[in-house]
Amino acid sequence: MTQVTPETIVPQVEELILNMGPQHPSTHGVLRVILRLKGEIVQGVDVDIGYLHRGVEKIGENITYAQFVPYTDRTDYVASPANNLGYVEAVEKLALMQVPARAQYIRVITAELTRIASHLLWLATHALDIGAMTVFLYCFRDREKVLDLFEIAFGARLTVHAFRVGGIYHDPPKLFYDKCTEFAREFPKAIYDYEDLLTENRIWQSRTRGVAVLSAEDAIDLGASGPILRASGVAHDVRRAEPYAAYEDFDFTIPVGKNGDVYDRYLVRVEEMRQSAFIIEQAAADLPSGKTMAKVPRVLKPKRGEVYHRIESPKGELGYYLVSDGTDRAYRLRIRPPSFVNLQSISTMMQGGLVADAVAAIGSIDIVLGEVDR
Amino acid sequence: MEWPFFLIFAVGMIASSVMVISLRNMVHSALSLLLSFFFVAALYVMLGAEFLAAIQILIYAGAIMMLYVFVIMLVNVREQMGVRQWNRQRAFAFIIGGLLAAEFLVILLTGFFDLLPPARVVAEGAKATAEIGNTEAFGSVLYTQFLFPFEVVSLLLLAAMIGAIVLAKREIK
Amino acid sequence: MWLEVGFALIKILIIWGAVSFLVAYMVYFERKVIGHIQVRMGPMRVGYHGLLQPIADGLKLFLKEDIIPHQADRPVFLMAPLFALIPAFIVYSVIPISGNFFIANIDIGIIYILGISSLGVFGIVMAGWASGSKYSLLGGFRSAAQLISYEIFLGFALIGPLMVAGSLNLLEIVEAQKNVWFIFYQPLAFVLYFVAGLAETNRHPFDLPEAETELVGGFHTEYSGMKFAFFFLAEYANMMVICSIGAIIFFGGWQIPQFLETIISGGVDLVTSLVASALGAAPTGLASLVQNIGGVVKAVLISGPLWFFLKVLFGMFLFFWIRGTLPRFRYDRLMAMGWKLMFPLALLNIFITGIVLHLV
Repeated sequence: MTQVTPETIVPQVEELILNMGPQHPSTHGVLRVILRLKGEIVQGVDVDIGYLHRGVEKIGENITYAQFVPYTDRTDYVASPANNLGYVEAVEKLALMQVPARAQYIRVITAELTRIASHLLWLATHALDIGAMTVFLYCFRDREKVLDLFEIAFGARLTVHAFRVGGIYHDPPKLFYDKCTEFAREFPKAIYDYEDLLTENRIWQSRTRGVAVLSAEDAIDLGASGPILRASGVAHDVRRAEPYAAYEDFDFTIPVGKNGDVYDRYLVRVEEMRQSAFIIEQAAADLPSGKTMAKVPRVLKPKRGEVYHRIESPKGELGYYLVSDGTDRAYRLRIRPPSFVNLQSISTMMQGGLVADAVAAIGSIDIVLGEVDR
Repeated sequence: MEWPFFLIFAVGMIASSVMVISLRNMVHSALSLLLSFFFVAALYVMLGAEFLAAIQILIYAGAIMMLYVFVIMLVNVREQMGVRQWNRQRAFAFIIGGLLAAEFLVILLTGFFDLLPPARVVAEGAKATAEIGNTEAFGSVLYTQFLFPFEVVSLLLLAAMIGAIVLAKREIK
Repeated sequence: MWLEVGFALIKILIIWGAVSFLVAYMVYFERKVIGHIQVRMGPMRVGYHGLLQPIADGLKLFLKEDIIPHQADRPVFLMAPLFALIPAFIVYSVIPISGNFFIANIDIGIIYILGISSLGVFGIVMAGWASGSKYSLLGGFRSAAQLISYEIFLGFALIGPLMVAGSLNLLEIVEAQKNVWFIFYQPLAFVLYFVAGLAETNRHPFDLPEAETELVGGFHTEYSGMKFAFFFLAEYANMMVICSIGAIIFFGGWQIPQFLETIISGGVDLVTSLVASALGAAPTGLASLVQNIGGVVKAVLISGPLWFFLKVLFGMFLFFWIRGTLPRFRYDRLMAMGWKLMFPLALLNIFITGIVLHLV
């Protein structure tokens, strides 16, 4: 992507430039999308990001490994435990640390709860973008339950700081596991509510089917991951391809779409929520006993070396790249945020589409600008 | 009792019509035209032609003016404000306008051309209106006595519509 | 003559007062209905179950700073809210609340209503243009195209029932439904009318001109305070107009179905006689008082205005229900549906009605 300002885009004959954002309510934060239109048809899309850049990666090179965990909460702030997980596992890999099995299971439960919370927020806002107001409130009702669970286990709701390097600092109370089981049993019923309102709805289908199509080849070429890649028909999931935490112990299916349009992304995410609930139920049932924290030296100084660790965050493949020079701080820290990579597929998706579909297309990617800009 | 109302409507109509051609902002003059349509409709009501008045508002004010305004709003009004309102044909325009006004006055004042329908027809019409209602009288006249002209006009409008679509749909090379 | 004028003025005051009051409370009703659809309570804080909410909202809007954007075209910007609100209220001058309560009874009632309510779009378009903002202008254009198109379907949908009634006079139309409501003769027309009515009032799922998530409010983005309130009230007043016309043309206006009338009056009679017999030992004055109260209750329960209001309320509920359920249409689909589906259907309805009327 080149430097984008309205001045650098020289309008061709009969092209109209429409600027969406950074304050537009449907860009979900401070994203700016510049559409080049020919009539109603989108000729080109330029995405202007960086309004929320805070230099998170550079901060990570100036504080100790453990101190950086709360910063990861604030990248993808609607799915903070997933970010914690990616980072602490990367550090553990770097320091060759073994995490107790119980902590692994709790991590899986929390990560799947996060997936549900994140997908619920996505479904809520996406449906609201398309005008289905009630789904928004239904989703928020159920997301509250997940946040309540976080509160029970970790004492915070949004920026949870769920995991430490080496495990879980406090074993959550028994209430948490009971409530998790209960939630995992009840939640699939709530999903029917959303599907009742949307899946078979003619208007919903006409707004989403065949809109913003991304073919499997394009999705792979663009490095897309997560539900977007799977909606295009590629059954790739890091949880299955490169199991981390305790994912190899659980039984779940990877939902895959056919057409790679907005509708398939919706279906894939809804099915993922079901699978997440299923995983939570399994994990809460077979929870191993024991400690939740490995022995971690007071000052963590991993050996010289580098590591790249990736997990399946709700939005796609979340990678952390760490280089250690033997001190207590990372020499280089780099985040591969799924939203950032997925966002670049928007130009391909919207090519030749209608301007009215821009909102649906942007919504279907599920971006969080805190993660895109870091 | 009728006179004051007639005066209000007539003066309002003339004033708004003058505004249509004298205002510099095109949207403003379009809205003045809308106002003038209202006054015309009011005059229709005073003449007992309620149906015509309602149609005047429904079709002219509600639909046709709306399309005018729609088109005008696409134009950059601020640019157009600077355009001169007089051009070299104004002498011509004055002469023709004057002639038309004079003709109008002659007809009105002297009854030189016997254009008004004879008193018998007017009375019949009034009687029919009173008996079967304005709308029905209008309809029966339109679809019996004036059926042929009515059909011709609708054909003409259809042709115009098709023409407009053809012109608008053509790809501009 | 002055007495007549005075009477007319009083009627106008009553009806407009009632309409403004009801419009304000329709907003409350909507918030409650949608709230309960969405498993929450709706307004609860101001007054008992939030009953004073509309007053609080009105006060808030009244006290807000009135902003006129620098880029705005001042006179048009100021006039637009009035243009939106006034037609919505004028229409009530011909709507009969009951058989003998209306401001004016004119022969061309329905055409008058269509004509006047077609002017409301000017308010929206003027607002969109005069705001001097791109999104407002887009909203204005969208609504102009949408409203002009759907006005046609609205009118065409009404032609069927009007043919059955054989009159444009609203009183006569209601009288014609003494035995059977027109919804049973003209179900297709009602569906078309209702859909077109949704589009005419910019309501879900056709609220494209003011889609928050696409156009950030559309034509009223730049409006604040009382001017915004005017648009808001105009929207609800227009919804009431659509529901009132629907009640008059398809649901027999103020008339109450015969069997319901029998049931209600029978029930009230039964209760009063039971109460009176229970009081048998008591002084006779009390029993006759009970009889009188029963008579009043009966009269109110089968009165025209009440039933008219109930029918309007039902229509409004349908509007809110749909808002709580459906997503928004896309602009091109909206137009395609209008011209390719609703228009032919409306013509078909007229055609069939004509044949049937000719044969019967």
